[in-house]
Amino acid sequence: MSAPAYSHRLLAPPVVGLGALILFFLAVEALIRGGVINRFIVPPPSEIIASFERVIVEEDILNRFLLTATECLTAGVMLTVCGVTGGVLMQRYQLLQRACETWVAAMASAPIVLMYPLFMVIFGRSAWTIIMIGFIAALPPVILKTIEGISGTRRVLINVGRSFNLTPRQLFWKIQFPAALPTIFVGIRLGLIFALINVVGVEFLINFGGLGQLINELAERYDLAGTYAAICFVILVSVLFFMSLEKAERWLRPVD
Amino acid sequence: MSATGKPMEGREANPADAILVADDIVVRFETPEGPVIAVDNISLTVAAGEFLSVIGPSGCGKSTLFNVIGGLLSNHQGRVTVAGETISGPHKSIGMVFQEESTFPWRTVLDNVAFPLELVGMPKAQRGERARHFIALVGLDGFENRYPGELSGGMRQRVSLARTLASEPKILLMDEPFAALDEQTRLLLGDKVLQIQQQLKQTTLLITHNITEAVQMSDRVLVMTYRPGKVKRVVDIKLPRPRTSEVVGSDLFGRYVAQIWSDLREEASRGMRDEEAHALQEPPS
Repeated sequence: MSAPAYSHRLLAPPVVGLGALILFFLAVEALIRGGVINRFIVPPPSEIIASFERVIVEEDILNRFLLTATECLTAGVMLTVCGVTGGVLMQRYQLLQRACETWVAAMASAPIVLMYPLFMVIFGRSAWTIIMIGFIAALPPVILKTIEGISGTRRVLINVGRSFNLTPRQLFWKIQFPAALPTIFVGIRLGLIFALINVVGVEFLINFGGLGQLINELAERYDLAGTYAAICFVILVSVLFFMSLEKAERWLRPVD
Repeated sequence: MSATGKPMEGREANPADAILVADDIVVRFETPEGPVIAVDNISLTVAAGEFLSVIGPSGCGKSTLFNVIGGLLSNHQGRVTVAGETISGPHKSIGMVFQEESTFPWRTVLDNVAFPLELVGMPKAQRGERARHFIALVGLDGFENRYPGELSGGMRQRVSLARTLASEPKILLMDEPFAALDEQTRLLLGDKVLQIQQQLKQTTLLITHNITEAVQMSDRVLVMTYRPGKVKRVVDIKLPRPRTSEVVGSDLFGRYVAQIWSDLREEASRGMRDEEAHALQEPPS
């Protein structure tokens, strides 16, 4: 491939993505200005962009951003360690899997966030309440995807391991676990989505912490443009986590 | 070759020379329709340095026999011995190459081939050097740092072969390793296997349903019957060595293929009729 063709292939997706986003904002702006969308429900994108400076300067956005990101990171690390370990144990001990898998799957759809009063009783009105709700709500997809990934290791790869006389421990660490990594990462991605939603949701509900609390305050002040600007920072947290996760996955599984 | 110009009926390898002996192997599977005998009293011997192919129609128990000899299937009757030692599971003297794509997609070609060396604790520099030797042997030098996903099917099978050879097995056991490849690639890879086998004097047992492949490479071909899988005939292949895929154009090659096909045709027809009967018993979906 020639150098211009290569750079074209590299640049085309972000350019198209950015272009589509700008077109979308222009369309929303036009619809609001034309009166099709009520500006008291959705503020014009130009107002949201203009409010960024105010939100950054007046609302201590950096610290709030870091607090929400730290809560998400803590919940993410906990759910990766506990979720993957739980999934491995459940896959390994069939009795445990048969006993718990249905409950774990049911937990995935349970509105854990509504149990925030209980968590506040246990952990107080603190970051730990937010982290623990984010962690527990996000645990099921990591456990379930870990079970699926390890169980789905191709039979022939197991047979290769057996033909080389691998011990069960070697078979797990050298074959089953790396083979399951793409599926485990799908679980971690889903888990992080659940964690972020719950972290911001609980911050909003208990009016404590980072971006969720800021969204709550701005909404109460009926600062719609500021509210949407703060939501953009939540999206930024999400983007940062997904980019880091993708890098981690590429490091562990360079090519599939 | 007999005096009449007909291919000769084969004889078993002299047990004194045999490195691999399978003795009265019987495998039964329980199915909802009752027990099925997949392999019925199969005995075979393979001499050191010999290339033996086992050929049979689909469903005759070839792969079951592969799993028994490789130690992956334990619920069987009979005995498998390697250099006089009875084996009851996977054995370090037997290296297996599988029909399905079996490279590790998360490892480079070099790391795939170095895998068995890593297991025995060989230092990194030494195993890299050793792995490179086997990569060159299968003709993949220059691809050491590629991942299997970047290679063609034939190249990936060569990586699997190099990985197995790197463990330096006394016996190379292959289950239709080129089944998923096109005919031309299959013939060329057959050349590569022949070249390696002759270079390393590698004892090889090939399971296949491809007559051309079996005749091209083997010293003897063991023909199996359709279910239950028994030994129907053993054919000595007296084609001159060293061989290449050019041998497929010779008259003698054609006669061997014809003889084996005449044995197989009856079995394959029986298998087809059996499958049709089973399909008729199944309710339409």
